[in-house]
Amino acid sequence: MRAAFVIASLESAAGPYPSDWLPVAMLVLIAVVFAVGTLALSAMVGRSRRGPVKDSPYEAGVVPVGDARRRFHVRYYVIAMVFLLFDVEVVLLFPWAVLFNADRSGFLLAEMFVFLAILAVGYVYAWRKGVLRFD
Amino acid sequence: MNRIVFDNPLLLAAANGPLATLLLIVGLIIVMLTVVSYLILFERWIAAQIQDRVGPNRAGPFGLLQPVADIVKLFIKEDFTPSHVDRKLYWLGPIWVIAPAIIGMAVLPIGGTVVVAGHAFRLQVASIDVAALFLLMTGSMGVYGLVVGGWASDTKYSVLGALRSASQLISYEVPAGLVVVSIVLVAGSLRLETIAAHQAGLWWGWLPHWLIFTQPLAFLIFIVCILAECNRLPFDLPEAEQELIGGFHTEYSSMKFGLFFLAEFTNAVVASLLTAVLFLGGFGFWGLAGDQPAGVQTQWYFGLARVAVSFGKAGLIILLMMQIRWTLPRFRFDQLAKLAWQVLVPASLLLVFANGIVLWLHAPPWAYLLGNVAVALLVAVGAWLLGGRVTGRQRTLVLAERSHA
Repeated sequence: MRAAFVIASLESAAGPYPSDWLPVAMLVLIAVVFAVGTLALSAMVGRSRRGPVKDSPYEAGVVPVGDARRRFHVRYYVIAMVFLLFDVEVVLLFPWAVLFNADRSGFLLAEMFVFLAILAVGYVYAWRKGVLRFD
Repeated sequence: MNRIVFDNPLLLAAANGPLATLLLIVGLIIVMLTVVSYLILFERWIAAQIQDRVGPNRAGPFGLLQPVADIVKLFIKEDFTPSHVDRKLYWLGPIWVIAPAIIGMAVLPIGGTVVVAGHAFRLQVASIDVAALFLLMTGSMGVYGLVVGGWASDTKYSVLGALRSASQLISYEVPAGLVVVSIVLVAGSLRLETIAAHQAGLWWGWLPHWLIFTQPLAFLIFIVCILAECNRLPFDLPEAEQELIGGFHTEYSSMKFGLFFLAEFTNAVVASLLTAVLFLGGFGFWGLAGDQPAGVQTQWYFGLARVAVSFGKAGLIILLMMQIRWTLPRFRFDQLAKLAWQVLVPASLLLVFANGIVLWLHAPPWAYLLGNVAVALLVAVGAWLLGGRVTGRQRTLVLAERSHA
């Protein structure tokens, strides 16, 4: 347990509680073992009968034309880029939220508002460009 | 058993030893799997009630053995791997979906601390200082599983379903994250047990300090987001049957499909437990300490009661989700993207602003309610001024006609 506490030495304003990552690591291991075990058991128990038609990609009975990994619409890509931008923003907001709750200085608030305002400009740009629309 | 008790005015934080942790994890997984499999039965029963049918009632008394029958059936079904798939990724997909769903349970405070035979025992697998962020992380880790599985299947329906689910999940993660930020702002910690403890106490002796009362808009946005994150109707576009057959799991059979299904419900339970912690005071209840002052209510039956309260609150949210499923029709994809990016993101961003200002002013709790109402009004006025109707169909049709002419 000591090692887990050393990792947690970076404590925030939240208080002097320990962070224990060892149980998380154990749960990760158990979750993966559970998933793999379930699949292995299912693969062993179930029977398998193959056939050329059964082997083909499922397309509601129609003979498939071409590969499924084709080019897809650029919107998915653009949405992913906008998401990256905003998710990084959210991640930056978390430590600020904890600090601001403890500190409550107008400077911290103004700082984050400036940061959000800059992002808001990008948001308005994306909106006007039609990035956020799917129709 | 390694035992460390930290004296704290608010929390009796006890770190479990490795053996206790193992016991807790195994117990939690068993409870979760049981809850999830009975939720599936419950959902079918709710569906039957709403549609005026009888519902599953054949397996066992009142159909209570139906989950067991379902699981056995899933196991003995043919485990088929089509030859056109990318084998490694195809098998990795379901594992990558179920594992994060289970890992998310680690940080949920479900029962506080109990003392059994002189040993403090915390009914929470891990207490970490970035718990809220951790849950957002496990939520988005599952996206990789869906994409990997759908892509590896190499079927058009699967690939389309994977693309849709990826962009849906990431779209709704942004407002969900922002709402969590606005709650963290108020509670002052990313630790879920501290957020729950923040909501302990009563106004006027009867109304709990739950954040749903001061942050109703945040609660509403969060519920919409978890509906989308869990692929629940009206946001189940990744597997819209009429369009995409099964979506990303079209080519999956037997327990490989079962794991996708299990993950979906596990995610729903974890998300509802998180909602209960963020907005409904976690395991706090009238007469039941949500803040756990050291040495108070550490008997095992209090722990059990708190676990029951946690799951009870989560159950109410799941009931709400199920009723929404049979009440609202599915959105179109453009409506879904529009709702996320043009309504929920600005609303939740404004919520962060509002809560920040209220906090800065050192204002009393009712000011948060005022801030929420102000944001809701602002969004409503904005929607009215920008002319954004939720249905964009008519406009699209006109455009399509013009381009054809």
